[in-house]
Amino acid sequence: MKPKSVAVVGAAETTKMGVIPDQSVIGLHADAALNAMADAGLKPSDIDGVATAGISPTELAWYLGIKPSYADGTSVGGCSFMLHVRHAAAAINAGLCKTVLITHGESGKSRVGAGRFGASPSSLNGQFEMPYGPVGPPSMFTIPVLRYLKTYGLSQEDLAHVAVVQREWAGKNPRATFRDPITVDDVMNSRMIAYPFRILMCCLVTDGGGALILTSADRAKDFPQKPVYVLGTGESVETPLVSQMYDSNHSTAFRISGKKAFEEAGIKHSDVDHLMIYDAFAHLPLYGLEDLGFCKPGEAAAFIREGNTRPGGKLPLNTNGGGLSYMHSGMYGMYALQESVRQMRGIAPAQVSGAKVSVCQGVGGMFGAAGTIIFSNEAP
Amino acid sequence: MPPRMLPEPTPETRHFWDGCKEGELRLQRCTSCKDSYFPPRPFCPKCGSRDVEVYKASGKGVLWSYVINMRPRPDMGTEPYAIAVVKLDEGPTMMTNIVDCPQTPEALQLDMPLAVAFTKQNDDVTLPLFAPAK
Repeated sequence: MKPKSVAVVGAAETTKMGVIPDQSVIGLHADAALNAMADAGLKPSDIDGVATAGISPTELAWYLGIKPSYADGTSVGGCSFMLHVRHAAAAINAGLCKTVLITHGESGKSRVGAGRFGASPSSLNGQFEMPYGPVGPPSMFTIPVLRYLKTYGLSQEDLAHVAVVQREWAGKNPRATFRDPITVDDVMNSRMIAYPFRILMCCLVTDGGGALILTSADRAKDFPQKPVYVLGTGESVETPLVSQMYDSNHSTAFRISGKKAFEEAGIKHSDVDHLMIYDAFAHLPLYGLEDLGFCKPGEAAAFIREGNTRPGGKLPLNTNGGGLSYMHSGMYGMYALQESVRQMRGIAPAQVSGAKVSVCQGVGGMFGAAGTIIFSNEAP
Repeated sequence: MPPRMLPEPTPETRHFWDGCKEGELRLQRCTSCKDSYFPPRPFCPKCGSRDVEVYKASGKGVLWSYVINMRPRPDMGTEPYAIAVVKLDEGPTMMTNIVDCPQTPEALQLDMPLAVAFTKQNDDVTLPLFAPAK
């Protein structure tokens, strides 16, 4: 993709966030979509491309009364929206459509109009992982971590530090679910969920949604909000089975996706002012910092412990409070993108002063997929 | 307690599950590049060749990583249990449970040697669980 050829011109989350028992999954998609259209000054008839995960683009388009010439139903877990941004940028550049709406909505907590979890017993997951007793992401996504800690001589306190720093950011965000400061001791004394993971190292389970609208950079100038340009993009997929990661100590998908995005953007790591790394659990920022190349393998824990990612640090990370403290509906990638866009517009609750480049890294499944979007707020 | 969630073999994986019933841990390897792989599939995921063979693996490996799940799934009983990844001597990793061993961080040391312990679930399914090597 040509850097800065496409821009985000509409971005919004659902009106409510947290526990929303009076809206269904598709209702949350629609609420976020209408908010994003209002943000961009658009009507459904102005949208000619749709992308979503969780529900189908068919449901989305019809529910909103959109008759699109482009539809993307890529569904690879919580980073699907990063892939939607990437595909939308390519589609707009190729002339398949002009204005793409990307939505997310999930009744993660209240389960209103939500599907059921579960794998068929004849699927790869059903045959080779489910018989051994995993209960959702807390007991699966965490499985590689003891190996990672041993390889690099790290401790459980290193995981706790990640949660502590993110709570500092959440304290600055009025919409964050958890805002009270916590200490490493608080984390280490919190309830064990799946050893070595304690509950404060695990993401929230909440309801919410978000939507983005993208169009070409030459049209973006005519919209009410400050355009946020797509500078670089990457994606990859790795494995549906966490036991089959190519290496427990790093995400191959993160590395492929991140490298592609940085190459496309033509930037160095020192050019990055703001970073989002999808944190379903406390180890994700560690893997992300290393696999994106901000830290050498095994050095991310010290980087966080030394304060580099906290408010006032040189690399502000997960400035909305992240999945650990802000919100996590299930497919959190949309909220990471929303925070990157807010930072690039200069309107984030914990605004990084003068930020010009934001990197947003998503994960899907249990290290199953990755998507990377790099944003800039400087016009081409 | 509800019945344990069990695998339903497909034509591509039948040899593996039949092997477990017969007390053999069966892996596959490529006859051209010699790479061993898991889970089963009728081609080599490294080079794409369809010339692959099933062979009886040693059943030995080491404890690669794990979690101790404190919220037991209803079909798994009421006590916390480890969900583990074993790294087999032949190279591949597989998910399993560790039996004949306390389900504690003290007892479950990474890199400890393990040996397969076939555990019959019913007439159709035997799971390849692992125990500390004697």
